[in-house]
Amino acid sequence: MTTGSKSLRDFISPTVRDLPRSGIRDFFDIVATRDDVISLGIGEPDFTTPWHIREKAIYSLERGATHYTSNLGLAALRRAICAYVASSYKGLAYDWRNEVLVTVGVSEALDAVLRAIIVPGDEIVYHEPCFVAYPSEIKLAGGVPVPVPTRAEDGFRLTREALEAAVTPRTKALLVNFPCNPTGAVLDVATARMIADFVTEHDILLISDEVYSELTYDVERVSPMTIPGIRDRAVFLSGFSKAWAMTGFRLGFVCAPRELVEAAMKIHQYAIMCAPTVCQHAAVEALENGAADTQAMLDSYHARRNFISDAFARMDIPCVRPQGAFYAFPSIVSTGLSSYDFAMGLLDEEAVACVPGNAFGACGEGFVRCSYATGMGQLEEAMARFARFVGRHRK
Amino acid sequence: MERLLQLLHEDARRTPAQLAALLGDSEADVRSRIAKYEADGVIRGYQALVNTDLVEEDAVRAVIELRIAPTREEGFDKISNRIGRFSQVESMFLMSGGYDLLLFVKGRNLQEVAKFVSSRLATMDGVLSTATHFMLKTYKDQGVLMENFDDDDRLKVSP
Repeated sequence: MTTGSKSLRDFISPTVRDLPRSGIRDFFDIVATRDDVISLGIGEPDFTTPWHIREKAIYSLERGATHYTSNLGLAALRRAICAYVASSYKGLAYDWRNEVLVTVGVSEALDAVLRAIIVPGDEIVYHEPCFVAYPSEIKLAGGVPVPVPTRAEDGFRLTREALEAAVTPRTKALLVNFPCNPTGAVLDVATARMIADFVTEHDILLISDEVYSELTYDVERVSPMTIPGIRDRAVFLSGFSKAWAMTGFRLGFVCAPRELVEAAMKIHQYAIMCAPTVCQHAAVEALENGAADTQAMLDSYHARRNFISDAFARMDIPCVRPQGAFYAFPSIVSTGLSSYDFAMGLLDEEAVACVPGNAFGACGEGFVRCSYATGMGQLEEAMARFARFVGRHRK
Repeated sequence: MERLLQLLHEDARRTPAQLAALLGDSEADVRSRIAKYEADGVIRGYQALVNTDLVEEDAVRAVIELRIAPTREEGFDKISNRIGRFSQVESMFLMSGGYDLLLFVKGRNLQEVAKFVSSRLATMDGVLSTATHFMLKTYKDQGVLMENFDDDDRLKVSP
């Protein structure tokens, strides 16, 4: 349809028009045409939400809890979030009355925070390879995404040098995500301190997306949020999707000083009103009674992490041992194939789906992301096929 | 419970090589630990978990509550050991509450179970009373739902 002399395309904002589609989306469309595939491309738990959490959601509906909640979220949920954050992050304290905002997933949380702080042209520094939404969310908020590459040889850790090279007078915030999707990298204490020093010395904000933080293996969880003094210039983001297997509930939260939460809440208030009430009731149950489920799932991911890490080592495919989340990010350069050609070849020849590494940023080229949130039998078969494919194509 | 036992409890068909990969231990170490568990009686056997509702078999199952009189010195153990040796008894537990022993009993048909209760159990010295409940359908056994409603309906690729 055309309207006068303009095409509908002319009505679309250039910012949105020029936004690339998610690389994962393109690959998904190809994989979706095949029904015989073992997929290592799935960015969500293979567990269904624990029953007592689902049952609590049903119960809340039975009781007729079908109305709006406060814009910030249910008081009971905000109290539970504060108790969880304090106990899991060495006493990190937020006031449930005005320092917590319950959102529709961490994606909405990040969107609201970015829009609350960005003046057009402000730069947001973040590390790549990263979650696919970051650069686009920054652009949509009027900001300029400034990626900092992380490298396999550094264990995908952030370095001060790389950060210093990216910072300018327009830098508004540093956005970090550890444990990291897609690399599985976690923070060590020195890096967490370095991050805190960096944002303090440059007088910028820190945004820490820690949605995978419960899923940490081998080592104790390290967060920049627990470095003394950082709380008052930091935004903590987390959610229920990963550790409680609640992706479809779409529930995340922001913890930050009052002024920042107030600002993000204005956007949330006008765009969303409040997170779905039924999901908020389920989330209270998750925080109050879900620890054993989280531990059982963690144990299961941990075992599969051991397996997949071992499998790549056996086929002589370099892979930084992931210590968090449920992804492995092996290097496939020994095949001489690009990430995309490798993923397409593996799909065509062996019916295994993984995600090309460059979907997570340019420096992800030469890698593929393999999710091990997949049944053990399927994972074993997928690794056998992966090994066969690598054996055929190794240069 | 130790992680190795948990993994075997979830799926006893896991091989020592698989278990070693999952635990990050050596295969030899896993083998020797399993052997020790078996020798110590910690692992008492390996069985398939069968949904008997889907199998043609001439069998009925019943749960029997037994009140028994404890004996001096041996308490409940003496009579429990006698009862537990019957092949009809598949599982047996000493319970707190309104009765003492809970038996899971299998027989070819209702009459056979009834006869076992009336002629063998009820007549035994020390058995004070019995209450027999026949099982009609298995919904869940050993932590496993017999009908799985949780199909994997995830998108095949997601961020």
